Amino acid sequence: MSEPFLIGDCMTGGYGKGPDILHDCTIAVNPGEIAVIVGPNGAGKSTAMKATFGMLNVRSGSVRLDGEDITTLSPQDRVIKGMGFVPQTSNIFTSMTVEENLEMGAFIRTDDISDTMEQVYTLFPILRDKRNQPAGELSGGQRQQVAVGRALMTKPKVLMLDEPTAGVSPIVMDELFDRIIEVSRTGLPILMVEQNAKQALEIADKGYVLVQGRNAYTGTGQELLADPEVRKSFLGG
Amino acid sequence: MDLLNALVALTNFVMIPAIAYGSQLALGALGVTLIYSILRFSNFAHGDTMAFGTMMTILVTWLFQSWGIGFGVLPTALLALPFGILATMALVLVTDRTVYRFYREQKAKPVVFVMVSLGVMFMMNGLVRFIIGPGDQRFSDGERFLIKARAFKKMTGLNEGLAIKTTQGITVVTAIVVVALLFWFLNKTRTGKSMRAYSDNEDLALLSGINPERVVMYTWLIVAALATIAGVLYGLDKSFKPFTYFQLLLPIFASAIVGGLGSPQGAIAGGFIIAFSEVTITYAWKKVLNYSLPESLAPDGLVQLLSTDYKFAVSFAILIVVLLFKPTGLFKGKAV
Repeated sequence: MSEPFLIGDCMTGGYGKGPDILHDCTIAVNPGEIAVIVGPNGAGKSTAMKATFGMLNVRSGSVRLDGEDITTLSPQDRVIKGMGFVPQTSNIFTSMTVEENLEMGAFIRTDDISDTMEQVYTLFPILRDKRNQPAGELSGGQRQQVAVGRALMTKPKVLMLDEPTAGVSPIVMDELFDRIIEVSRTGLPILMVEQNAKQALEIADKGYVLVQGRNAYTGTGQELLADPEVRKSFLGG
Repeated sequence: MDLLNALVALTNFVMIPAIAYGSQLALGALGVTLIYSILRFSNFAHGDTMAFGTMMTILVTWLFQSWGIGFGVLPTALLALPFGILATMALVLVTDRTVYRFYREQKAKPVVFVMVSLGVMFMMNGLVRFIIGPGDQRFSDGERFLIKARAFKKMTGLNEGLAIKTTQGITVVTAIVVVALLFWFLNKTRTGKSMRAYSDNEDLALLSGINPERVVMYTWLIVAALATIAGVLYGLDKSFKPFTYFQLLLPIFASAIVGGLGSPQGAIAGGFIIAFSEVTITYAWKKVLNYSLPESLAPDGLVQLLSTDYKFAVSFAILIVVLLFKPTGLFKGKAV
């Protein structure tokens, strides 16, 4: 099996000098795939993703992007390497307009950004209508679109979403998932942490079920949905 | 009753001085608010930064005057102003590199930064007094008045004169130009937007590849320019005395907080609110009331609510009222 595009390989570590939260945890994603991390509360889902993004101390194991070892890079350097990260909260500039948010997303780029902005507006048409409105005045679902759009502006090679559907209504959640599938069809690998396990696994090419910082089950989304053990413990029967 | 004379007296003694003073406070408060929103602390050294910038401008003005260089009807200090700004920029950058950066790396709490700025304030305070002395300096030259009181009386035939000092005109014009430039910079340029982004959401700004040290550097440069301009305008309008500039800290902070700390629009609005309150409360209204009221109601006393000696009490009172009832200020700044 060839090396995945982005892989956090056997990661063990925690925040700062604190105790280990992850134990030998592995997550990976390939182009065109959506990989979803699910699990009970406090399982270390977000932590696992943050570990691949360099936001905590990985004491053993490694993180590789496109074959290159990036374990020791800071999050900022990983952005430059092509990782796009959408945090769960405070993921937009509330006092700035939608368009300015996108411009700031592309801050590290020195080339013409109008094409990318056009792509983002095509993907999220509502943002084009609201381009001159402060992002803080938008609804929850629209804010998430701004947040994803901002991350897309760097033209990332891999996109990481931390609970993109947290706190939005079920209808908006479905719409957001549709958009995420659309982004994934462009070939961009997407790694996502999700609270809504069932819906997320339905769209996932690959699913990771974490329990207490360890890989409990791994498989395709459909396999996990069909697995009676997984169903019983996490999906409510 | 003579409403026209009342209006002229009001304009002459209240409106014009308050507008000029308000512009100076607004420029000062803009500097404070920028530091607060980007570096996230209240910079107590701002008044003395203004004093340093003004002192450097005065020194260059004297140099120019000794060379026989003047600016015609305008004060020579305006020619010297760019040099004063450059010197202040150098001073604040050195201060940032040697003092504030250390605490930034420690991720010190805002209150620690405030105490540090207090120390910087005393250093700058001493530096200014050491170089130019604690005394009063007048450095305004050129034409003194745009409109002279006597000429106005002759022109209109009114009893009351209206005088506009050149420095008051310069203050207002400069303030408008500076504020327009600042807003253009913050809203239209890439660097300006990155400063707003950093102030809005520091973590996300880092994720977007915005370099915090750069943002901090640009902020200090802009603040140095704003502080020097505010200081020089105030000094031209009144006079330069290091202690007065230290005292200006109170109305400047009151302006920034009334408008909402971190909000540039708020700083400007706050500047004028404080200036107008200070001037109207300490002005003796006898003359205006004599003109505007029927003779039977004419006041005996001066109708001065508060002696000018207590003008700082006005900023203090407004500050307390705002902090009690609307801590985020008029323009929804960050809570203090």
